[in-house]
Amino acid sequence: MTPRVESIFRPYVPSDAERSDRSAGDRARHRLKVRESIRENIADIIAEESIIGQDRGRIIKVPIRGIREYRFVYGDNTPGVGQGNGQSEQGQVVGKGEREAGGEPDRAGNQPGADFYETDVTLEELIEIMFEDLELPDLERKALRQIESFRMTKRKGYRPVGIRSRLDKHRTVRERAKRKLAAALRGRMMPAQAPARRFPYHVDDLVYRHITSDVHNESNAVVLCLMDTSGSMDTMKRYLARSFFFLLYQFICTKYRNVEIVFVAHHTEAREVTENEFFHKGESGGTFISSAYAKALEIVQDRYHPSLWNVYAFHCSDGDNFDSDNAQALRTGAALAEVCNLFGYGEIKPLGSRYYESSMLNIFRRLEADNFHTVLIERKEDIWPSFKTFLGKDRGRDA
Amino acid sequence: MSATPYALAELEDWDGRIREHVVRLGLDCFPQEFELCDHNQMLGYMAYSGMPAHYPHWSYGKAYEKLKTLYDHGVSGLPYEMVINSNPSLAYLMRDNSLCLQILTIAHVYGHNDFFKGNFTFQHTRPEFTLGTFKAHADRLRRYIDTPSIGADKVEAILDAAHALALQSRRNFAIRRLTDAEQRTRAIENASPPHDPFQRIHARQSAQEVDLHKVPLAPDEDLLLFIRDHNPFLADWERDLLTVVYEQSAYFIPQIETKIMNEGWATFFHKRILDALELPQALHLEFLVRHNQVVRPIPGSLNPYHLGLRVWEEIERIGNDPTPEERERLAPGTTGRDLLFESRVCDRDVSFLRRWLTPRLMNEMDLFRYEQRKDDLVISDVADDLGWQRVKETLLARVGMGSIPMIRILDADFAHDRSLLLAHDHDGRDLQLENAEHTLAYAHRLWGRDVFLRTVLDGKPATLAFGDKGFSRDRA
Repeated sequence: MTPRVESIFRPYVPSDAERSDRSAGDRARHRLKVRESIRENIADIIAEESIIGQDRGRIIKVPIRGIREYRFVYGDNTPGVGQGNGQSEQGQVVGKGEREAGGEPDRAGNQPGADFYETDVTLEELIEIMFEDLELPDLERKALRQIESFRMTKRKGYRPVGIRSRLDKHRTVRERAKRKLAAALRGRMMPAQAPARRFPYHVDDLVYRHITSDVHNESNAVVLCLMDTSGSMDTMKRYLARSFFFLLYQFICTKYRNVEIVFVAHHTEAREVTENEFFHKGESGGTFISSAYAKALEIVQDRYHPSLWNVYAFHCSDGDNFDSDNAQALRTGAALAEVCNLFGYGEIKPLGSRYYESSMLNIFRRLEADNFHTVLIERKEDIWPSFKTFLGKDRGRDA
Repeated sequence: MSATPYALAELEDWDGRIREHVVRLGLDCFPQEFELCDHNQMLGYMAYSGMPAHYPHWSYGKAYEKLKTLYDHGVSGLPYEMVINSNPSLAYLMRDNSLCLQILTIAHVYGHNDFFKGNFTFQHTRPEFTLGTFKAHADRLRRYIDTPSIGADKVEAILDAAHALALQSRRNFAIRRLTDAEQRTRAIENASPPHDPFQRIHARQSAQEVDLHKVPLAPDEDLLLFIRDHNPFLADWERDLLTVVYEQSAYFIPQIETKIMNEGWATFFHKRILDALELPQALHLEFLVRHNQVVRPIPGSLNPYHLGLRVWEEIERIGNDPTPEERERLAPGTTGRDLLFESRVCDRDVSFLRRWLTPRLMNEMDLFRYEQRKDDLVISDVADDLGWQRVKETLLARVGMGSIPMIRILDADFAHDRSLLLAHDHDGRDLQLENAEHTLAYAHRLWGRDVFLRTVLDGKPATLAFGDKGFSRDRA
């Protein structure tokens, strides 16, 4: 008997290849886990990436701890064997620790730290992840409502076409039952066309739930962004303040459709500026914080009466106020807090900046209003936590 | 077949000629099935270990993304070939590859095919059922996911945990697992004193008492199976998931255990076959380039293709042209061919290298042993007369499943509260602590009670524990 080997070739079928994306489901699931991981590390990402003023479609690289798969593996004191180029000698350094020189492809996954990789996320997506659990707090119903907010969940009737996940199985079964009954009746009249025993579902049986977008109005809201642009705000402080306001701005644009935003820049006097000026222009001069609050009050009186509007004011400053203005600032601040749903003050004191600078935090301590909150921003990592203190949904518990 | 510069018939023609040589060289193969695919399909197959049907889990999505990123950025190419240990054997050919690569690949595939069929480690894998088994696993799993009372999240929680322990399993499936009754008999035998021909002059040894209620009687390596059989609170579907994961790793472990031999064997024979094919010059030159890309040594690391090929060549040399001392150890009349095929049947990587990786070859290949000192990896021994033994020991300890720490179950009722006691078989290499912590957490998830692990850290015995309150070290 002569041994034989048999073989067969199966040709490439393009249509098969296009149809089969077998890993799609698992990729989506992995993506979801990555998203969770990003959310946990968002403070670091914001601190590291200069996302300010970037186009929303921009792709940024976010380092994530890959969703690790753990198993028992050997640690650092594991010797290995490698192959040299013919001149290996004792004591020669062949690589760095951790990384397992070269690493055989089939072992790479076992090495700790090897799972650290970057993923591409658009700024849009990142912002979406960031703001998932934030909201403008204490939004009250006011007389004239203008803000539209969307809800996608409203169900409205049934349709013969739709996506698979909205298939209404119950009604589909019912449709089939009806058709079967009709066919049986017909069969009784015309026995020749009696249906076969198998009675499969037909496209006409399928019933899908229909979902419409539901718009309903919520209250009006205006957000006042007050920023100190005096000479004492150096590059670092301005950067921190702008980061904060940039996040705020993105947050409002993402989550609310019709919230009005007012930008006020101040040194010794305050003026209303455009978005572009606010984010990109520096000024100089002394600091009268009260001027900003007075301006804000003026704007509120003129355009956003608190009986019709929810008012939110956020102020960022280095707290280096002109001493004689402190009493005035406290007074106007209190007045502003009265008309606001939330009044937040962020004091920017980068680590290593001059500590003998005066601080408004001590002065504002005397301002007793439930809706007034202060935070201290010392470095880039603080921006996100402070942001969350102001707007987090769980804010109530911490406060 | 639009874009490819050759027709399927051409491949079939070359395949016919290759098969003649396969038979001439004495390879014994399963029927072979080649499937042409594009690079996207290939990435998909790679992510799912080559299986046409495989159960879903996010880790495969992760693998796919990683492979695709590497491929898109040109960091790594795709393998020329992928073969599955099944009967009939299934191999994928990338249609974008050149004709020469396809010929090389086809020849290489027959090498793997023969190895899968012949080597002893694969004898339990039941290759005729491979594809069906994986498909059945996938179907069952999808059914659990679709069951309203179970759902994707619960399935994922069990799978995550089971994957973490998947390789904590028996390594040599040729050794039969003792049944419970046999284990009991053996425990009793071990406890009674050995037969002593000089009883009169010796003090009489008394039989030790054996605790036959201890679970397990002998340390058990199959963590998943043990948990499946001894945790009464697992639901049937959870048990089934553990079985699925166990069976799949039992299928893959032989491939891990024979990586170097297997790749070396296929490379050894594709070289033979292509040399004998008398390729036209253009194809032949390309073949030489490709072949050298595959077998080139990678400085600082170990290329299994290179190492395997060199050892197989050494075996053939020993058979055909032995040195006088080697001749003494060979049965008379043994040829290189005999040695090759004997080793192909009865070795796995560890024994293969132990038997055939000679000091001379190690020296020639300039193998060295490195270890970590501070932040650097430093060469501690080279393969000269003084150092080769240490180099070889280190190599043997880490090939195949040697790169996975051996963990055994000692007691399922430790501290009499159904805690699980595991022991790490410490051989000088410590466990990586972060991984150990998380893996213990997974073991705890499956076992439902506290889990303890005895090991050695920095030269001192240590016990790691994971309980309801989380991870702790040295509590017991």
